[in-house]
Amino acid sequence: MLQPALALGAAFAYHAVLMSSPAPRPPIIKAQHLLAVSDLSVFEITALLDLAASYAEANRNADKRHAILAGATQVNLFFENSTRTQSSFEIAGKRLGCDVMNMAVSSSSISKGETVLDTAITINAMQPDFLVVRHQSSGTVELLSQKVSCAVINAGDGQHEHPTQALLDALTIKRHLKSLEGLTVAICGDVAHSRVARSNIALLTKMGAHVRVVAPSTLLPTGIANFGVDVFTNMKDGLAGADVVMMLRLQAERMAGSFVPSQREYYHFYGLTEEKLKFAKKGALVMHPGPMNRGVEIDSAVADGAQSVIREQVEMGVAVRMAVLDALSRNIRTQA
Amino acid sequence: MKRAFINAQLVSGHGGLLIEGERIIAVGKDVTSANVAGAEVHDCKGKMLLAGVIDMRVFTGEPGSEYRESLASASEAAAAGGVTTMIVMPNTNPVVDDAAMVDFIQRRARDTAKVRVAPMAAITKGCAGDAIAELGLMKEAGAVAATDGIKSVANAALLRRAMLYARDHDILIVQHVDEPSLSGGMMNAGERASLLGLSGSYGLSEVMLLERDLRLVEMTGCRYHAAQISCAESVAVMARAKAKGLDVSCGVSINHLSLNESDVGPYRTFFKLSPPLRSEEDRQALVAGVADGVIDVIHSGHDPQSDDTKRLPFAEAAFGAVGLDTFLSVALNLYHNKSIDLARLSQVLSEMPAKLLGLSQGKLVAGTPADFIVVDPHLNWKVEPAKLHSRSKNSPFERRTLEGRAIQTWVAGRKVYSYAD
Repeated sequence: MLQPALALGAAFAYHAVLMSSPAPRPPIIKAQHLLAVSDLSVFEITALLDLAASYAEANRNADKRHAILAGATQVNLFFENSTRTQSSFEIAGKRLGCDVMNMAVSSSSISKGETVLDTAITINAMQPDFLVVRHQSSGTVELLSQKVSCAVINAGDGQHEHPTQALLDALTIKRHLKSLEGLTVAICGDVAHSRVARSNIALLTKMGAHVRVVAPSTLLPTGIANFGVDVFTNMKDGLAGADVVMMLRLQAERMAGSFVPSQREYYHFYGLTEEKLKFAKKGALVMHPGPMNRGVEIDSAVADGAQSVIREQVEMGVAVRMAVLDALSRNIRTQA
Repeated sequence: MKRAFINAQLVSGHGGLLIEGERIIAVGKDVTSANVAGAEVHDCKGKMLLAGVIDMRVFTGEPGSEYRESLASASEAAAAGGVTTMIVMPNTNPVVDDAAMVDFIQRRARDTAKVRVAPMAAITKGCAGDAIAELGLMKEAGAVAATDGIKSVANAALLRRAMLYARDHDILIVQHVDEPSLSGGMMNAGERASLLGLSGSYGLSEVMLLERDLRLVEMTGCRYHAAQISCAESVAVMARAKAKGLDVSCGVSINHLSLNESDVGPYRTFFKLSPPLRSEEDRQALVAGVADGVIDVIHSGHDPQSDDTKRLPFAEAAFGAVGLDTFLSVALNLYHNKSIDLARLSQVLSEMPAKLLGLSQGKLVAGTPADFIVVDPHLNWKVEPAKLHSRSKNSPFERRTLEGRAIQTWVAGRKVYSYAD
């Protein structure tokens, strides 16, 4: 177990600071950017989650606004379509007082032939404080981070990482099961193509959870067994005794015979139904990063059932992103 | 009801077989007239009593081309040829590529066929080589293995994934080993094809695909069976793979063990096969491969073709030959000429196919299904096309006299064939 007193202390200290903004706030993470879970230490993750927990509480108040980032500029640069992540970042920024701009990439200079780097450098010249980037190619966000002076947040790069998703999943789990340490978390489905899976594996194993991946071999990346996880190819064994069942989205183009034979066969063997959920620990949490394919990877009765925390994941998303913006802002101000 | 088959030549020596209902309850030298009280006694008069043949490669025309062969007509030919289980290929119309089709074949067989029938599932949808078929659901429905039958899965990326997927479900992948971009000839490439002015098909197209597949097996760890090999080099490749410890096996058709490219003679289309009949050296290497354990299974390659597909110029004629009626008799020739002993012959005809496909029959052991044949090894009979039970008559052995045949065929304790001539 991580020093809870210290972590809690950090959260309380934070509250004190929040009240007396704009006094300097203590740093939470070392890095200038949030690119990958693997860049974060156990202590930094704990501190971020504690900070996010306090924002989660505050977000349920009628007045959700804070002024700590007043005057700062946040640009959301999404090269790949997104509803929940982009709106979650937008709301997070606005609640902290940021000026938030969403770049509509499809109608931007990118469609006129400008390179990703040129677009980023151009935006950077307008002096934003945060650049939130999603891109379909793994590694693009890190590439951009090397060329800009603002803080870059990875909102998902290809099949590599989606760190805020892993943080919000961890926060959701902690709210129900207190600690991540010692939990058994089964991540099920298209692990091979999932950045959510990679970030979650990195975070959960780092925090002492036992992670399993459950998928047909065609949807498991090569060498997965060396990621510190246990590998299963059937739901019965993979879910046995699990505290958390985390389903992944299966994209339509992968179901037409290239990776799995069909939607109905996938559902038959891997779709999370009430029957398969019974293999897991009684009352196990059911999670899904969204958007869901009902009747493919998850049955509606489970998605909307008593064990589902899927909607809470979305709620925690805003809190986690507020915590990330807050934490990164402390480093910007420190450097300034 | 109990039945005793006494005074028989078993693979293990002189003895008998005792069955009750659908099952074998005793087998061996102790089953004699003295200790089978209460059973109906059949005196085999010293004839052979063997496990029924399991034919791992049977094409029929059902559904889609019943005029060439139905499951019922194929089963008549099977029963007469000593075959008690037919493994049918998915290349029908429509293709057996979903659970409903697997179910259809089994229900039609149950209602119309005399012998056991088990379908193989298509590896790819429509056997088109583009997308993995519903292998898991088809296995649950009763498919015993997966194959694209007469077609090769040529796309390496797709086959790799199909192999991974099959491994998850413990499904045997059965591949027709023939690199399509290199094959396409009408007969074995070489002097003879050139003399006849026919395009040739290289043995290399088989060896290449086999070697590639074995690499993929090594990578994915799936169970793999090369449906039929036809050249000496393939035997060597298989021997190396087995020595390496890979979980692989292969089959050969009775035609390739008995005939060679010279038999094509003056453009005889009944000898047009895929893969083509090869050289005499290849044939001898295949026989040796069966004898020494490199080749695991002999099948009939039964492929009924009608006048509309066979009575054509050689280049336009379809590939394939019927084989169920003559299968056992031609195979017995390997025993008569001492190429293969009786124990090994019974292994490759019955025991090994059962083992590869996870079937409980295939060996005369107490507790297993009473599927067996009584064989007169020296009965001479002439292959008259009109008397073949198969609806199609494209036999390369037509009008030949063969030595030995099944005189009784029993499936699940019921007699389904008795030779009367």
